[in-house]
Amino acid sequence: MIDLTICSDLVERVLTGFLASEIRRQGFQRALVGLSGGIDSALSCILAARALGPSNVLAVRMPYRTSSPDSLEDAQQVIEITGVQSVTIPITEVVEPLFERFPEMSAMRRGNIMARARMVVLYDQSAAFDGLVVGTGNKTEILLGYTTLYGDSACALNPLGDLYKTQVRQLARDLGAPQSVLQKPPSADLWAGQTDEAELGFTYAEVDELLYLLVDQRYTPEQCVQAGFAEDFVQRVVRRIQRNQFKRVLPPIAKLSNRTVGYDFLYLRDWGT
Amino acid sequence: MEFTLCLAQINTCLGVLQPNLEKHLALAEEARRFGAELLIFPELSLTGYVLQDLASTVACRPVAEDAFFGPLLKASRNLDLVVGFVEEDVRSRFFISAAYLSRGQVLHVHRKVYLPTYGLFDEGRFFAWGDGVRAFDTRFGRVGMLICEDFWHASLPYLLWLDGADLLIFTSASPGRGVSAAPELASARWVDSICRSYAGLFTTFVAHSNRVGFEDGLHFWGGAGVYDPDGEMIAKGPYDEEVLTLVELDLDQLHRTRTRLPLLRDERTALVQRELARILQGGSND
Repeated sequence: MIDLTICSDLVERVLTGFLASEIRRQGFQRALVGLSGGIDSALSCILAARALGPSNVLAVRMPYRTSSPDSLEDAQQVIEITGVQSVTIPITEVVEPLFERFPEMSAMRRGNIMARARMVVLYDQSAAFDGLVVGTGNKTEILLGYTTLYGDSACALNPLGDLYKTQVRQLARDLGAPQSVLQKPPSADLWAGQTDEAELGFTYAEVDELLYLLVDQRYTPEQCVQAGFAEDFVQRVVRRIQRNQFKRVLPPIAKLSNRTVGYDFLYLRDWGT
Repeated sequence: MEFTLCLAQINTCLGVLQPNLEKHLALAEEARRFGAELLIFPELSLTGYVLQDLASTVACRPVAEDAFFGPLLKASRNLDLVVGFVEEDVRSRFFISAAYLSRGQVLHVHRKVYLPTYGLFDEGRFFAWGDGVRAFDTRFGRVGMLICEDFWHASLPYLLWLDGADLLIFTSASPGRGVSAAPELASARWVDSICRSYAGLFTTFVAHSNRVGFEDGLHFWGGAGVYDPDGEMIAKGPYDEEVLTLVELDLDQLHRTRTRLPLLRDERTALVQRELARILQGGSND
């Protein structure tokens, strides 16, 4: 039986310790979270508030014209529950000129532009607030590549990247995230009615169990099928993981010299701290 | 005979020795004030753990003339110290080492034999492996030291036991891994269970010192532990806190436990030697 249950007290202790240590070692006391109203950013915000103190955390809401009003309201609840500072900076005026310049633009292109515009706003606020951007990407979306490169995946450090979506849900619930955030279907909210599970074609509950076998337990795809997963589902997920490896690594540098960044120039970010 | 042992579970600066040295000296002083007679720092306590290309730049030699070992040897006049460091030998090979310092002298240096180079570990890329394991005499009896992966291999604690060690000192910089519904990390549970097993199987004392803090995303969990010859935990450091854990060791427990349970007396070392020789020569089973 696959059991993704985690001990929330333990995971909270590790993740708040991680945020406090790795933000302060870089010389900062403060952090920012792009708060969408969804469960991932709510959890990152809660963890950052606990790690650094709420006055040292800035939640940035960045709605687009068509963003769901519920998202703003749900984000507001997280702000109130955590007591963090907040600012709302709509991205409509930032992205509309490009949308108008290319009216034939697909939903995917528009979604990527919005995600990257939010990154631009967030990193600008990071300089203004003198804090680091805390990531919100979970292990499921990192493995599936369900993210915009240099968009929502951009961050200085990520406390959620080794938690499956199912585990994010559990931890968010145990740390007191608002009910409305916990209960609504996950959505990137890039267009009206979008939901992750409809777009992906499977549920997080299903895919998390499969990913756990494939990645954590190192099952082969054939062994996953033997364990009861549908073959086409397994193949689809395996292909997604492989096809999106580029989102999980830095761009390769062509090696010319004897010592090259990324290959044989190896230091942690914490070097010297 | 009783003596007070102290485990220092500390965080470290990565690749900067001076602040780490100062922390060692301050804690040595603090531990001495608490009555400690032996203070054990974790693996690579002078340098930090994920050194990668820093390995060669933080290397020391465990001699009084060394800028970092000089002050540590001086501090060891007050209480015995075990410190973790990168050792450079005369031919510029780099080892993950632990030094036992006592009364201003280096009593013993252990070079890590097993360098994990799998999963998240890459030690074999940067370090040379040690090629020996020896127990040595201290003012608290005969001691053996091992570093982290060394004691994941049963052969090294076994050899130290046969070499006379009645106190096994294990040092770690163990990155935590494995979350489930259980209240502790899988790696913490595993280390606790093997330390307890060695103490019980070898009817000996085991003291395990592990570091705390983070290096990038790696989390070091602390949870230092001391186990007696009955395999009972007699001291436990908290998880994730930078603290000293003190415990009184009653060495007479060795006498009592081994009277009740003479595993050491009954160990058939000649049989082990004979069978091991056969196995290594690829001999038959009959």
